[in-house]
Amino acid sequence: MSGRFNITNACSEKEDLAPVAAAKINEITAQLSTLPDSKPAFDPVDRIKTGFAKFKSEKYSANPALYEELSKGQSPKLMVFACSDSRVCPSHVLDFQPGEAFVVRNVANMVPPFDKVKYAGVGSAIEYAVLHLKVEQIVVIGHSRCGGIKGLMSFPDEGPHTTDFIEDWVKVGLPAKSKVKAESGSASIDDQCVTCEKEAVNVSLANLLTYPFVRNGLLNKTLGLKGAHYDFVNGTFELWGLDFGLSSPA
Amino acid sequence: MRWMMERMAASDGIDVPIYLGSGHDQDPQDPGEDMAEDLCNNAIEGLKQLLSERSDLGAVAAVKIKQLTADLEAATSVERIKTGFTHFKTEKYEKNPSLFEDLAKEQHPKFMVFACSDSRVCPSHILDFQPGEAFVVRNIANMVPSYDKMRYSGVGAAIEYAVLHLKVDTILVMGHSCCGGIKALMSIPADGTTSSDFIEDWVKICSTAKSKVKEEFKDLDPTDQCTKCEMEAVNVSLGNILTYPFVKAAVMNRTLSLKGGYYNFVKATFDIWCLDHGVSPSVVV
Repeated sequence: MSGRFNITNACSEKEDLAPVAAAKINEITAQLSTLPDSKPAFDPVDRIKTGFAKFKSEKYSANPALYEELSKGQSPKLMVFACSDSRVCPSHVLDFQPGEAFVVRNVANMVPPFDKVKYAGVGSAIEYAVLHLKVEQIVVIGHSRCGGIKGLMSFPDEGPHTTDFIEDWVKVGLPAKSKVKAESGSASIDDQCVTCEKEAVNVSLANLLTYPFVRNGLLNKTLGLKGAHYDFVNGTFELWGLDFGLSSPA
Repeated sequence: MRWMMERMAASDGIDVPIYLGSGHDQDPQDPGEDMAEDLCNNAIEGLKQLLSERSDLGAVAAVKIKQLTADLEAATSVERIKTGFTHFKTEKYEKNPSLFEDLAKEQHPKFMVFACSDSRVCPSHILDFQPGEAFVVRNIANMVPSYDKMRYSGVGAAIEYAVLHLKVDTILVMGHSCCGGIKALMSIPADGTTSSDFIEDWVKICSTAKSKVKEEFKDLDPTDQCTKCEMEAVNVSLGNILTYPFVKAAVMNRTLSLKGGYYNFVKATFDIWCLDHGVSPSVVV
């Protein structure tokens, strides 16, 4: 036997030791559990302060000309729809700098159709971007492993909702789900989700056309629409345009 | 001239389409900036010359030039997106394989952040958030409407997902200086008439902030009133978040905290405050 003391062996050799040892071990466990956690607890305020201090010293103070210009006004060329997902911020993925992109982020980067009652949130953003800021392009960016799209693909189409809001919201993309189920119904559920992530972008692009000021921008050639899909599993970014067959009057 | 789009599967794995002019062979040699400018100027001179001789062509030329401008703008945006992603991929994605491998499986953000759509206030910039840190909603004037299944399912879905599924620790509502949405709110005439399809209706979510500012700071000039309202509107949103039952439950269980923030990009300051709305459980006597 090696020199290392083994509690289990000792207890099996001298049975009366077992209760004493067990009591001692329990005591040690209790003592240890009261010791302060060596890993500091997460402090959100501290995190915010550190983050801002870093931004201020490394970016704001380093580019006085840019920030002075931006303090007067913004004139972004792009409007971007991206998912709220913490992994897909366009400032990271497309290296946007302050002032470059007017950004809407919601669950599953959805653009619902023109509806003054149900969708004033998205409507007001498009109205402001197109009519006031006069952006040149609207880009809708979907992404891999999207929880919202997974929800859309798995929620039953009929029957009462099990969520307060999520199902109702992601159903904006229902035409994409129907298309995927009809065309790729035999594919694995994961593959169906990927196809739906892209198809839902196309549904959003089509919905953008229900906004009169977007249609006008397209006809006047002052605005373009693009679809995209960021795949963070494979590290790829796909970008496409859509030909809606919009033709100017002859 | 019509531009065709083709998808290019680049050897570095970036799958982006590129624009190719159909029927126009591109010079394989990059002519360089000066030479390109000369080429362009010569072409413009040629067109001017033609138009001065044939004024009947003016209208047709205008349509064609407009199309060309739109195509060039689109090509510039595509180029910008391509460059941006390449930068991200080489500087971040490929340099942090373990981070992105973890994130490919799941997200566990500690923050949910409401920020304005304004191009100057992205939380990833202002608070240096890294991929995976914050679940972000961005809309006009960073507003959180109260619980309403009919009218506000977009914001509702985001809060429901963040609180019940991701179990975030903190919700931060972040206002900012020179906010166009707040300015629109403060400018709605007293009789309530609106002139936009959506904007005024959306920003009215925080009309109680406007009333408060108009009453308490009626002597301030409109710009200073807007600043007050930018902060007050954050408080209205924080109050509205508590109308979501799952938020209220988590706040009372102390698994969720609510914070207000204000980024002033004119002065480069960031204020943070905590919510004390008296949400402690009521005492039964």
